[in-house]
Amino acid sequence: MEQFIRAFLVGGAICAIGQVMMDVFRMTPAHTMTALVAAGAVLGGLGWYDKLVDFAGAGATTPILSFGNSLLKGALAEAEMHGLIGVLTGIFEITSAGISSAIIFGFLAALVFKPKG
Amino acid sequence: MLLGRQSWLFDNSPRIIAAAAVGGPFESKCQIAEDFDQFTSDLWMEQDSFEKAEVKLLELACAKALEKAGLKNDDINFLLSGDLDNQITSSSFAARGLHIPYLGIFSACSTSMESLALASKIVDNNGANYVMAATASHNAAAEKQFRYPTEYGAQKPPTAQWTVTGAGAVILGKQGNGPRIISATIGKVVDMGISDPFNMGAAMAPAAVDTIETHLNELNVEPDYYDLIATGDLGFTGYSIVQDLFRKKGICLKKNLYVDCGTIIYGKDPKVFSGASGCACSAIVTYGHFLNRMRRGELKRILVAATGALLSPMSYQQKESIPGIAHAVSIEYIQ
Amino acid sequence: MAKKKQATPMQKDYQIRAKKLEPKRKVGINILRAFISGGSICALAQLLQIFFINVFHFDESKAGNPATAVIIFLAALLTGLGRYDQIAQWAGAGTAVPITGFANSIASAAIEHRSEGFVLGVGGNMFKIAGPVIVFGTFAAFVVAIIKLVFQALGG
Repeated sequence: MEQFIRAFLVGGAICAIGQVMMDVFRMTPAHTMTALVAAGAVLGGLGWYDKLVDFAGAGATTPILSFGNSLLKGALAEAEMHGLIGVLTGIFEITSAGISSAIIFGFLAALVFKPKG
Repeated sequence: MLLGRQSWLFDNSPRIIAAAAVGGPFESKCQIAEDFDQFTSDLWMEQDSFEKAEVKLLELACAKALEKAGLKNDDINFLLSGDLDNQITSSSFAARGLHIPYLGIFSACSTSMESLALASKIVDNNGANYVMAATASHNAAAEKQFRYPTEYGAQKPPTAQWTVTGAGAVILGKQGNGPRIISATIGKVVDMGISDPFNMGAAMAPAAVDTIETHLNELNVEPDYYDLIATGDLGFTGYSIVQDLFRKKGICLKKNLYVDCGTIIYGKDPKVFSGASGCACSAIVTYGHFLNRMRRGELKRILVAATGALLSPMSYQQKESIPGIAHAVSIEYIQ
Repeated sequence: MAKKKQATPMQKDYQIRAKKLEPKRKVGINILRAFISGGSICALAQLLQIFFINVFHFDESKAGNPATAVIIFLAALLTGLGRYDQIAQWAGAGTAVPITGFANSIASAAIEHRSEGFVLGVGGNMFKIAGPVIVFGTFAAFVVAIIKLVFQALGG
């Protein structure tokens, strides 16, 4: 039960921050998501995002910041094994599920559905 | 003849022979639904894209106007038309089907009055027997082009507006007992630095004020010379701004004298946020609702100042602000 | 890069007046709605993770992947059914910030541009909105990784 509460609170708080970015700072959704994904990479680099994931579980892995963190972790993991070139070759290792699913399900949606307007 | 710098007084008062207004399914439930000639049952009109459906809407409005006028395509000398699609393809493809010599024009949502003004000038100068002026807009096509894919989950702010799915067409001639076009004022582009495509009302309001004020000066009339002064699609937001700007100039526009077509169509429906917009907005309200009111004797002289936001998706990305324009036409029907 | 033009005094004055007359965004309510909806989506993702750990015996560290895939599937489905944008109008950042926003941006663009064909329409436009997220996420990860590695090499 506690897991759910933490996931709810942390996930909700991150989304609340996103809402402030959109309503107060008047950022578009695309700009907001872009800023958050970059923030995820930075927080990952500082070692803080993984701590948030340990604490909040899906509350930290569901927001788009997690995507940035995973991109960074992929780069670092590969660099540890193969040196600096690993930064290029490893970036998409961990985020593969997210990107593949989005492309595949997005394409399938275009096959099946028409826009409703 | 020319009055002042940018107004025309039509010496021969071109007559409105017939006018038609058509709408989409959402419009069939709107506040002025009985002023439409026809509604389509869905946004697709059996086409495979929204853009192609918009062509059909425009063709439908033109066909209805011809039917009501008792005229054939061959009788019309010129078709003046414009819309919001890139390169005004809706108008061009409709003209392809109508086989009428075609003058494509663009001034965003003020196309209705720009086309009416130019059409009037052509007829007034004996340049034609019959001229048709038309315009259309389609909600989904406009969202897709100017903002986001229609199924995208971006939260719209309260200043956003709803593009009307519809088309309006009018046929002008030299004689007849219908309403007469008396004068027109061509607007200048006015840009007050508003750059939010979700707040068109604020972007266009200064142009509306500029054109209406110029019109009143150059025609040398007071606002209450008219029974109604209408702006095109400023919505509730832009409407308040226009009242505020006129108040600042010491001109009082009473609430029942000054209206905005964008607030008339749907009223305060939450789905449309700040009100209706799109080329069809001012066309439908003028050619449907206002002309009906004139025929019932409720209005004798009206001034319609259609407003347009002259941005493109690229200009916005290049950090340009949104320039506005407004063209005004006065119509009179004294029976 | 395009620079924003400096506003003239007359323009500034108008912008201030226009802003006063603008209907105000309900910022407080929007934040609350984002919190509730975003939190709920994360709680759902948490439920899915536990499901995949217990039923499909995924490792705890890897259970996030299928959970993410399911959430993306649901977002794409709701987008196709025309319901996502209605939910998102209420939820705001609550649906935009989680991975649902990413999925919706791809699905909605793909669906919308089918009228331009599958290759150039669907394929060419799919990343219209999501593209920046991938580009900047990748580039940020690249820069941060390089900085971190250089740091480690120098500092130890």
